[in-house]
Amino acid sequence: MQTAITNPILRSFSNTLYRKNNWFLLLLLTPPLLWFGVVYLGSLFALLWQSFYTFDDFSMAVTNELTLGNYRLLFDSTNLDIIMRTLSMAVAVTLACACIGFPIAYYMTRYGSAREKGFFYIALMLPMWASYIVKTYAWTIILSQQGILYWLFNHLGLTGALNAALQLPVIGGNTLATSNLGRFIVFTYIWLPFMILPIQAALERVPTNLLQASSDLGAKPAQTFRKVLLPLVIPGVVAGSIFTFSLTLGDYIIPQLIGPSGLYIGTMVYTMQGSIGNMPLAAAFTVVPIVLIFIYLALAKRAGAFDAL
Amino acid sequence: MIIAVEFTHVSRHYGNVKAVDDVSICIAEGEFFSMLGPSGSGKTTCLRLIAGFEQPTSGSIQIFGQEAAGAPPYEREVNTVFQDYALFPHMNVLDNVAYGLSVKGIAKHACITRAEEALNMVALAEYSKRKPSELSGGQRQRVALARALVNKPRVLLLDEPLGALDLKLREQMQHELKTLHKQLGITFIYVTHDQTEALSMSDRVAVFNKGRIEQVDSPRNLYRQPKTSFVADFVGTSNVINSELALQITANHQPFSIRPEHIFFDNGAKHPNTFAVNGTVVDLQYQGANNKITFDAGTQKISFVVSSADYNEAELPKIGNYLIVRWLKSNMVMLENKSKSI
Repeated sequence: MQTAITNPILRSFSNTLYRKNNWFLLLLLTPPLLWFGVVYLGSLFALLWQSFYTFDDFSMAVTNELTLGNYRLLFDSTNLDIIMRTLSMAVAVTLACACIGFPIAYYMTRYGSAREKGFFYIALMLPMWASYIVKTYAWTIILSQQGILYWLFNHLGLTGALNAALQLPVIGGNTLATSNLGRFIVFTYIWLPFMILPIQAALERVPTNLLQASSDLGAKPAQTFRKVLLPLVIPGVVAGSIFTFSLTLGDYIIPQLIGPSGLYIGTMVYTMQGSIGNMPLAAAFTVVPIVLIFIYLALAKRAGAFDAL
Repeated sequence: MIIAVEFTHVSRHYGNVKAVDDVSICIAEGEFFSMLGPSGSGKTTCLRLIAGFEQPTSGSIQIFGQEAAGAPPYEREVNTVFQDYALFPHMNVLDNVAYGLSVKGIAKHACITRAEEALNMVALAEYSKRKPSELSGGQRQRVALARALVNKPRVLLLDEPLGALDLKLREQMQHELKTLHKQLGITFIYVTHDQTEALSMSDRVAVFNKGRIEQVDSPRNLYRQPKTSFVADFVGTSNVINSELALQITANHQPFSIRPEHIFFDNGAKHPNTFAVNGTVVDLQYQGANNKITFDAGTQKISFVVSSADYNEAELPKIGNYLIVRWLKSNMVMLENKSKSI
C-alpha cells in the first residue's frame, strides 16, 4: 500500500517536478552552485584581481591602480629562490610519497584481507584525525637532539652516519630538526595518506583477471606491472601527487617549525599579507602554485598519464 | 595419440571446501573437450589449474607430458579466453591482440602483421584502432579470441566465453568456434554450464558435480547412456524415476530415466516391450514446435513432449484429465542405485 500525498497543492507540485526534470535539477543544484560560484570561485577571482593592485612601498598602502608589477616581482632573484625552494621540496616529497605509498596501497589491495584493509585504513586515517599543528610540534621534539631519533641512532651506533648525512650540502643542517632532511621527513609523513588513498582506489578498480590475462599471454610479472597495472593506476598516482604537490606548495606551518630558515611560498604569503600588508604581492604568490599545478597536469597529460581514463 | 592435458588424481581445496576433488582426465591433442556442470561444480577451477592461475593441492597435471604443477601461467603453452573477455582497457584492439607477441620480444612489425592476420580471422580487421569500450559484446569476444589465438597455443582454454551473448549471437559464435577448431586443429578445452552448447560442439564432454567428474563421454553417449541420475537430469531434460515409482512400473526398484520425447500416448493397441504409467495432467505448456505435458503419477511428476505437428489443441488432454502413457523399454536408461543428488 502506497501512501498518496493527500494535500492537492503538494501533490500537484511534486507531480510537476516529476514531469519537468529540469525544474527538479534546478531546485537540487541551485544551493551548491551558489556556494561554489560565489564563495569558491568568487573569492578566487577576488584574489586574482587583487594581485593586479599596486602596493606603495612608502605609504605601505594598497591602491587599486592596476599593474603587472607584482608578477614581475616574482621573478626577482630572492622571490625566485623562494619559489624554487618550495618547488624542489614539493617534487621530492611527491616522489617519496609515491615510492612509499605505492607498495602499501598495492599490499592493501592485492593481499590484504578485509580485516587487514580495515587496519590499514585506520592506521592511515588516525594521524589525520589529530591536529596537524600538534603533529608538527611533536616532530620538532622527535627530530631534536634530545629526541627519540637521535637516541635510536645512538643505540644502533649509527650517529656517525647521521652526522655524515647532516654534513651534506642542501639536505644537511646543524641537527635533524633544523635540516632540510628533517623538513622533508615531516612533509612526507604528513601528506603520505593523501597519496596512498587515491592509489589504493585506482588499484581497487583494476580487475584481477586483467593481470591474469597478461600473465596468460606470456608476460612476466615485471612486464605485467609495466604494461598493464601501471598504466591503469597512473591516474591514481597523479591524483595523489596533486595532493602532495599542492599541499607542500601551499604549506606555511612546517617550514616555520622545522628545517633551516628561508621562506617558502606559504610563509611568504603569510608574511606579506600579515605583518607587511602587501596583499597584492601575497596574491601574486598564491597564483604560483595554481600555475605550477596546471603545468604539472599538462605535462602528465602529454606523457599519456590519463590515457587509461 | 598425443595427450595434450592429463590430470592424475588432482584436488584443489580451499580450507574445507573441495573445489576439485580427485579428478583424473586425459585430453587428446586436437580434441574439442568440454567441461560441463552447474556453477560451483569445479569446472572453472579445473580450467584455471590448466592455465596456471591456481595450483593443485595434490595430484599431477601434465601438459604435453610436462609437469605443470608449480609452473607460472607465462611459462605454459596454453592461452585463455576469459569469461568477461579481460581485454586491456587502455590499449586499442590491435595492441590487445599483439600483446602476447610483443611481451615475448617479437619485432614490432612482425607483431603487427600477425595481429592483423588474427583480427582478419575473426573478421574484425577494420576495428583495429578502436578501444575495447567502443565494441559490442560479440566483437569483444572475437578480440579476446584473436588475442589468445595469435600466440598459436597448443591448447586453447575457453571459460564460458559465450555466456554474456544473446541467443542468436551465441549460436553464430558456436558455429565459428567449431569452424576455427577444425581449421587450426589445436586442442580446445571449453567450460560451460549450457548443456546444449556442450553437446553441439564437443568431441567429448566431462560432466562435473561437486568437484568430481560424474561421466566423461561423447555427447551422444552422454545423452543416450547417462551413467548417473545427475547426468541424466543435467544433460538434456529427463524424467528420473526413483525406486519407489520404478517398483510400481517395472516391478524392480532400480531407478531409471526416460527422456520426454520418448514418451507417447497409449492408444489402446498392444505394445510389446513397453512400460506404461498413468496419472492426472497438472500442467500444459505450448512451446511452439512442441507441447509439454506434465502429469502426476502418484509419487512424482513426469513430463513429456508431443509435436505440435502431430496433435492440434483439441486433441491434447486438458488439466485434470486422466491419461496413460507408454515408452519403449529400449529407451529407458537404468541408473546406478543411489539417491539423486544435485
